[in-house]
Amino acid sequence: MATTTLPPSAHIVVDDRGSGSPPKAIRPGHVTASGAHAEKSETGVWIAVAAISMFFAAFTSSMIVRQGVTPDWIHFQLPRVMYVNTLVLLVSSYTLELARRRFVATSGSAGATTEAAKSLVSKGMYWMYVTGALGLLFVLGQLLAWRNLSAQGLYLATNPSSSFFYVFTATHGIHLLGGVCGVLYVLARLRRTNGVARHSGFGAFSIYWHFMDILWVYLLLLLVFRF
Amino acid sequence: MHDVSSDPAVHHHTAPTGFLRKWVFSLDHKVIGKQYYALALVSVFIGIVLSWLMRLHLAWPAWPIPLLDKLSAVGAPAGVMTPEYYLSLLTMHGTIMVFFVLTNAPFAAFGNYFLPIQIGAEDMAFPRFNMMSFWTTFVAWLFMMAAFFVADGPPISGWTAYAPLSAVGGDAGPGLAMGQNLWAISIAVFCIASLLGALNFISTTLDLRTKGMSLARMPFSSWAWFVTSVIALLAFAVLLPACILLILDRTAGTSFFIPAGLVLSDKLQPHSGGSPLLWQHLFWFFGHPEVYIAILPSIGIVATILPAFARKPLLGPRAVIGSMIAIGFLSYMVWGHHMFVSGMNPFSADLFSIPTLIITIPATILTLLLIGTVYGAKMRFTSAALFCLGFISVFISGGISGFFLAQPSLDTVLHATYFVVAHFHFVMAVASIFGVFAGTYFWFPKMTGRMMNEAMGKWHFWLTFLGVYMIFMPMHYLGLAGNVRRYSAFVDDYAISLIPVHKFITIAALLTGAAQLIFLFNLIWSRFRGPVAAENPWEATSLEWSTSSPPPFDNFGGRHMVVYNGPNEYGVDGPQDYIMQTSPEKARSR
Repeated sequence: MATTTLPPSAHIVVDDRGSGSPPKAIRPGHVTASGAHAEKSETGVWIAVAAISMFFAAFTSSMIVRQGVTPDWIHFQLPRVMYVNTLVLLVSSYTLELARRRFVATSGSAGATTEAAKSLVSKGMYWMYVTGALGLLFVLGQLLAWRNLSAQGLYLATNPSSSFFYVFTATHGIHLLGGVCGVLYVLARLRRTNGVARHSGFGAFSIYWHFMDILWVYLLLLLVFRF
Repeated sequence: MHDVSSDPAVHHHTAPTGFLRKWVFSLDHKVIGKQYYALALVSVFIGIVLSWLMRLHLAWPAWPIPLLDKLSAVGAPAGVMTPEYYLSLLTMHGTIMVFFVLTNAPFAAFGNYFLPIQIGAEDMAFPRFNMMSFWTTFVAWLFMMAAFFVADGPPISGWTAYAPLSAVGGDAGPGLAMGQNLWAISIAVFCIASLLGALNFISTTLDLRTKGMSLARMPFSSWAWFVTSVIALLAFAVLLPACILLILDRTAGTSFFIPAGLVLSDKLQPHSGGSPLLWQHLFWFFGHPEVYIAILPSIGIVATILPAFARKPLLGPRAVIGSMIAIGFLSYMVWGHHMFVSGMNPFSADLFSIPTLIITIPATILTLLLIGTVYGAKMRFTSAALFCLGFISVFISGGISGFFLAQPSLDTVLHATYFVVAHFHFVMAVASIFGVFAGTYFWFPKMTGRMMNEAMGKWHFWLTFLGVYMIFMPMHYLGLAGNVRRYSAFVDDYAISLIPVHKFITIAALLTGAAQLIFLFNLIWSRFRGPVAAENPWEATSLEWSTSSPPPFDNFGGRHMVVYNGPNEYGVDGPQDYIMQTSPEKARSR
């Protein structure tokens, strides 16, 4: 123990994350409420975004290679419902922002204490439900698109183009359903933390949800131009 | 779960008391690290036994191997393995060793245990993901082991699962029906587990460093785990979609990797237009970074341990970190050098050859800095130090053959021979394992609170060190003599004059494998009978040596560590020749 610097009783503020400079002030007994948990989850989501981007980049390059290697690619019309789905997903990003505005208004670390704040939080939670429901509606719409395609006789193994269509939409859909689970998780946490959005993983969730949105627009453009 | 007013650095969970929560589904990174280590240990002995079986068959192809017919009556009738079953064992040896040993032991096991402690955190950023990551890996392991027990055994397509062989199903040979399905599912599940693990490592490094622990002050092992986790994140995110496409080709009738007009067992395959090369590109885009996932943690471990026994600071610490980052970056540009003879455009081969040669520069810098650190040092020759020096030796031996293989014109001749087997076993497998051994002898006191037996450790080192050279050095000669790899026996052809070399290698492999039992015995014996370890038995500087052995549940017993120095303060003047990272005294002149 001779080489360690502090008695076990001392508490040091861990308010900056490895600034590299020796600590300037040691304030015993003080703890921060800077919401490192929320930051941590946001870091995690950004890392997940990088991994998911690689995942779809691998599919994309596979598609380009497969399309170029053999001239057996059948071009087909995308089901119209997919454009409606896209609109639904874009609206869900908007409703998510509506929720965020309600939460920002009650951003104190103690949570919603006044009646007005409580009402704002419950409105925010309402918009969260709407966001999740729109997400489900999107997935439902994608299933309709699948039915449309199979009605034309285009199944998973029919042609490389249909194979990639199902692979893209299915893997994106699974990721989006993960986001819908995220809605439920954030809502549960909001109830437990008395509406403190930054301790609920809301920030992390919203990054993920918007990313799913952008990812879908990218995939749609890919499908429009390549199929 | 998270109290609004609580300190963010405080454990998000309290010490569990129940057996399941404490030892099985534990959220504690230290227990999870040990779980990974145990899984790797079981796997490595399975892998060794598989290599024994293959080596015995290569040297004495007609000898029946006892009990082998019990494992597979079809694959080894009366104990003599068929050529196909040899390939099955080859596949499983490679897969188990690369995924469940070389990825798990240096990266997941030691990284889980020591990354949070070395940066002064109390746990990983996401303990639940961490637990899921191990148990998902375990599920992947179960799927892989199940392949031994299905009707026609494990797949014969190698650890690289080259399409179309891996994609077409049972018509192409034994093990390619259910065995290959289990393989593909296992690897896909392993990808998910590794992604969760990598996410955790990166978040932990970025967000949970304690006060004063700047990136530049992180120990080299933590740097290596950090860089490795970035590589793993991006590499496994590519292998996963590749596995999904492979599984679809196998089960859903798609044609991603299977070309048209393939006739197998007199049956025209119902696929068309797929590209076998596409699989190789996807696989090696993962596969080459995977090589660095295996070796970088060991480089970091050696760079951390060596100065503690040389009693000198590591030479060029910034250059070491820079080289690791450069290797990580370049590892994504060289995958095509595995495909020089695949039928890929020869111009691409030239293009891939250039970054392959460039990546030898940071690797050489690292090696020279390690050697320079040892130069003129009064070494303390412990088992851990010996394995560090052994690491440098085998890394050079394996690296030098890389210069030759990096050139397409030479690789065309050598690629399908034992030369390549020698190269990758030295530079990736043995080097990485030496890093794991060094790490084990070094950190065992911290992990268990007891010292390992040094006499046994030194016997283990010398037998292993001489053993691996006896096994893999002659393989260069075999390769240059034109001895092809992946063949099960050389009974009636030009290679018959090389059989004595194969017999020598087999005997060396049996002895070297047996020498690992000394290590296993030492591990178990020392755990219960070894002398009790002090807090800092090696007089090392990093944070894990500032806490008790083994560390308490929250790593530092409620203390929040403050870091004032880098990890490299060895060989300083004064009553003790090193400065702990937690010591507020300034670095003195050397």
